[in-house]
Amino acid sequence: MIRFFKKKQTPKYWDDHIYKVRNSKKYANFENIRFVALDTETTGFDYENDRILCIGAVAIKNNKILVSDSIEIYVKQDVFNKETVKIHGIRKDGNETKFSEEEAIIKFIDYLDDAVIVAHHTAFDINMINMALKRLKIGPIESKQLDTNYIHKKIAKTDTYKKIFSLEELCEIYNVKMHDRHTALGDALITAYLFLKQTAKYKKNNALNLLDLINTNYNLIK
Amino acid sequence: MKNTIAERIYDFLKNFPPFDVLEKDQLFKIASNVKVTYIEKDNFVFKQDENPHEYFYVVKDGAIGLYRSMDHEQILVDICDEGDIFGLRPLIQNDLYLMSAKANEESILYAVSVEILKEIIETNDKVKKFLIASFSSNIKTPYAKGTNGQLFANIEMLQTSNTSFMEIQSAEFSKKPITTLKTSTIKEAAQIMSEKRVGSILIVENRNPIGIITDKDLRSKIATGLVSIDESVTAIMSSPVKTFKQKITVAEAQIAMIKNKITHLCITKDGTNKTELIGVMSEHDIVVLHGNNPSLLIKKAYRAKDVNALKFIREKASDLLQGYIEQDIPITFISKIISEINEAITIKTIELSLEEMDKKPPVKFGWIALGSQGRKEQLLMTDQDNALVFEDVSLEKYQPTKQYFLQLSKKITEKLNVIGFEYCPADMMANNPKWCLSLTEWKNQFDTWIKSPTEDAIMMCTIFFDYDLVYGEKKLVNAMSDSIYESIKSFEIFLNFLGRNALRNPPPIGFFRQFLVENDGAHKDQFDLKSRALMPLVDAARLLTLSHNIKDKNNTVSRYKKLMKIEPKNQDLYLSCIDSFNILLQFRTQQGLKNNDSGRYVDLNNLNKFEKLKLKGCFKPIRDVQELLNIRYNLAQMM
Repeated sequence: MIRFFKKKQTPKYWDDHIYKVRNSKKYANFENIRFVALDTETTGFDYENDRILCIGAVAIKNNKILVSDSIEIYVKQDVFNKETVKIHGIRKDGNETKFSEEEAIIKFIDYLDDAVIVAHHTAFDINMINMALKRLKIGPIESKQLDTNYIHKKIAKTDTYKKIFSLEELCEIYNVKMHDRHTALGDALITAYLFLKQTAKYKKNNALNLLDLINTNYNLIK
Repeated sequence: MKNTIAERIYDFLKNFPPFDVLEKDQLFKIASNVKVTYIEKDNFVFKQDENPHEYFYVVKDGAIGLYRSMDHEQILVDICDEGDIFGLRPLIQNDLYLMSAKANEESILYAVSVEILKEIIETNDKVKKFLIASFSSNIKTPYAKGTNGQLFANIEMLQTSNTSFMEIQSAEFSKKPITTLKTSTIKEAAQIMSEKRVGSILIVENRNPIGIITDKDLRSKIATGLVSIDESVTAIMSSPVKTFKQKITVAEAQIAMIKNKITHLCITKDGTNKTELIGVMSEHDIVVLHGNNPSLLIKKAYRAKDVNALKFIREKASDLLQGYIEQDIPITFISKIISEINEAITIKTIELSLEEMDKKPPVKFGWIALGSQGRKEQLLMTDQDNALVFEDVSLEKYQPTKQYFLQLSKKITEKLNVIGFEYCPADMMANNPKWCLSLTEWKNQFDTWIKSPTEDAIMMCTIFFDYDLVYGEKKLVNAMSDSIYESIKSFEIFLNFLGRNALRNPPPIGFFRQFLVENDGAHKDQFDLKSRALMPLVDAARLLTLSHNIKDKNNTVSRYKKLMKIEPKNQDLYLSCIDSFNILLQFRTQQGLKNNDSGRYVDLNNLNKFEKLKLKGCFKPIRDVQELLNIRYNLAQMM
């Protein structure tokens, strides 16, 4: 592991993450890319004060959603906002196996591997994760990111520059059935379906490559 | 760890066979290893003759059509919708895909690894049985599911009879065909045939088949002295030969033989006569497979010496029909075969009747089948509907000519009645002086019906426009068709009347999506499958083809197929009409066989929920096509 140029010591899982993403050889060929459709449930929308309750993610490779390659991590809470319980249904002391924020992040980063992240309003989920990373003195996340909202805007013919599409609206447009809304893995699966349908459409006019897809994501380009 | 997605997939799969008989942990293992995939409309999941994937597929949403290509035509064999499995057999049998799978609408599929299933098959006997049963029929029409229990009942049938499910299996054929070169003499070829004890020999050039000689050629061309035995084989060989791919099924082979009136099919590497010959399939190969075969019945019909023999053949055909329906053989195959048998029986009946007449027919004539028989959609024994047309004669000869044909018709209809085709209660038969007419009289009759379209006239048109020449002079029937189109051209509003009639059929379902049943009469509280479901589709097809001036398409399915080509924008609608029609026809046939009647009226109480759902599924295309007629002929204003 090359770490001599690092100023401070970072945990191995984080170094691994950076190494994997920077050195991945899979991005050149669409069929080889592992995408991870992701959704987080949080206690609220305040990056500083709210926390991740659950991360749900499922992998997509070569136009197939791999159910065996999915993850659902529940996070133990110190901060708790009872207002959002009615949306996500995760109680403070529910009976799901819960992990500390650090354990959850380690599990997630490990699961993520060199995958490209796909989410809906990706910026929100990534910011929440980056805040958690920051608390662990690492981050931000290096993975390449896509947003179903921006992919749609690229495909849609009408001028939708200012319009922000909700997950529900996209489900309507792409005829995706909504099951298990507001569970992290449920929303991740819906996002995965949207992504499959969008890439199928996108493919018609463009040879599919990652750079094109990422270029749909003008808000997230670094 | 909790996995919401796997749980959802588990909940979905557990409703469908064979997953419903799996142990909980077995199914959960399958569910958590599913790969979900999305297929856009008109895209292929796999194509015929491709190597099998690692997975088989379960339809989660949408519909996948399974197609077989035959004679460069894509034949829709089956439609898989929610919960149906496809693409499994090649995986288990390590074989290429026999069919192509194409998304008829955008679809979401669960791809299931065959390895996991194989493990389960080892330990779960019920699953094994299900799979054996579903492979043996190999395809299932939408109705196979309607009677879920019967999938297992099928197994017993399979065990008692090894041959009855062969129609869809790949046909066996001789892999070492006897061949000779075109430089051989006929004598040499005959010597080889005797030595090898075969009934046919193939003539090859660079291993490609160029001709065939059969026993029959030797009998008819050599034994009669027409050709010398020292001449080259090319003098008597039939050429070119009909070639097919290896994967031909028994049913396809039979149809090919019946259609081309041949007894041997050449199997070549790629199915054309430009590649290496790899085998030959004779009618005998098929007869060996099962005694009760359609081509044998047709042959027997042509050889029948009396009405009783024909009656026996017609009864055999009913057995055959029953067997086909039980095995879920696609209805298009069944109707082709049964129509061919019916036609052979009718032709023989006419020939027998002609022999009984004192003298030969004074002029040329044509025997015409009407209605469902004319459309070749008659599967069960129903009434006979027929008519006769004869050449125009001078005025003084008219009466004796007409008398001759009436007498002939009387003999024919009587015989048909004995065979089992009952008399038409409305007397729509050729022995009725009204329907035994000269060509000019028919032209005038059609012209009158078209130009003064009373309700009766329109009804007559719906019956008489679906005609098919069974025996006799094709030119007479062509002249009749031409005159119909001319009359319609000069009086186009007739089509609107016909359209109004097409919409007059009572609707199948009411506002609350309940079935509408008959209010009174002998069939009170029963559902009239014929007039509420089948006839609207038949009527719409007839009207639309008439409006496009399409001749010689007198069969509902082929009418819609033609319409799909002419009106590509309505392709989906017409395709769904074909599906519905096939399902309804199969359903009616099943009902008729079960209750030993015409299958027209269905007691809804005897249907299970699935059957009802399937029926309702067929009504949407009916509604859609009626809507199209309504708009196209501006019928709302006429009503």
